[in-house]
Amino acid sequence: MIVRVSGEGQFRLPDEDADRLNELDNRAVSAVEQGDETGFRELWSQMLELVASDGNALSEDELVESDVILPPRDITFAEAKGEFTGDGLIPD
Amino acid sequence: MPGLGGRMSTVIKAKISKLLDRAEDPAETLDYGYQKQVEMLQNVKKGIADVVTSKKRLQMQSTKLEQQVVKLDTQARRALSQGQEDLARVALERKTLAQTELQSLDGQVKELENQQEQLTANEQKLRQKIEQFRTKKEVIKAQYSAAEAQVRISEAANGVGEEMADLGLAIQRAEDKTETMRARASAVEELEQAGTFDDLSQLGSGQDDIDRQLHELTSGAQVDDELAKMKAELGSGTGGDAPALEQGKENA
Repeated sequence: MIVRVSGEGQFRLPDEDADRLNELDNRAVSAVEQGDETGFRELWSQMLELVASDGNALSEDELVESDVILPPRDITFAEAKGEFTGDGLIPD
Repeated sequence: MPGLGGRMSTVIKAKISKLLDRAEDPAETLDYGYQKQVEMLQNVKKGIADVVTSKKRLQMQSTKLEQQVVKLDTQARRALSQGQEDLARVALERKTLAQTELQSLDGQVKELENQQEQLTANEQKLRQKIEQFRTKKEVIKAQYSAAEAQVRISEAANGVGEEMADLGLAIQRAEDKTETMRARASAVEELEQAGTFDDLSQLGSGQDDIDRQLHELTSGAQVDDELAKMKAELGSGTGGDAPALEQGKENA
């Protein structure tokens, strides 16, 4: 699974991480819907941590599309309302 | 994994599909795609240059605010030495506001500087990817049948397109941020310039709308502290303040 963190590049993650990422994504959506910024922040940093711990940066000569595009690390809560809606970043 | 969600992915997808509009002849698509990438790299460079310009403007605003802080401090002292405590308080309130704004502005300029570095690094990365695409397209042309080439082209072009679209969004975001900062700093500047400070008498009684707003925005305690400190300083060093006093009288 290829994940892009906007502004930071692409990472290759084991496919097993897809479920975990999807779960965090869905929880982030409900946090945003409930206006729970603290909860959202926590989930968002867990998503980024997952990418950082399990992901390997793609080399420059790999020209491939991402499966998931995460928004910029410093996303504001207001911006998150546009990203984490419905099925979230990863459609179920 | 099926498709992508989120606004950002949607925007990026839309941008990529624009890049791939022409897809009849693979060889042509490849050359066109590469040409388009090189063109867009120029836009990226221009975008980053714009961010740098915006940052410089913010730095200029920050310098102006610094000057205002010094000026307001001087005016507060002058007012106080003339026994006009109300005026001194108004000047100090404005000074406090300017200082607060200055602090936040400086922090944001620093943040922008980091973003600028990141953008430049990503531009470099994009340049390498485009170079990679150039090499790859010749290989694809030489080695694959039209149908196979088609698949490989869209894969590679989508990869580069995504990189480009993402960098474009990052630039846009940095630009939007500087706009917001600039608008905020200008608003404070206007607020302060509404009563000109060239002449103490124009500071007003401290009862107009602007001052009421300032009063709400600034911390009373901080202003009280500064006022007390200033009083103490003026009380202890009367001799040295004489020229300023004279000048103050002329203006009043």
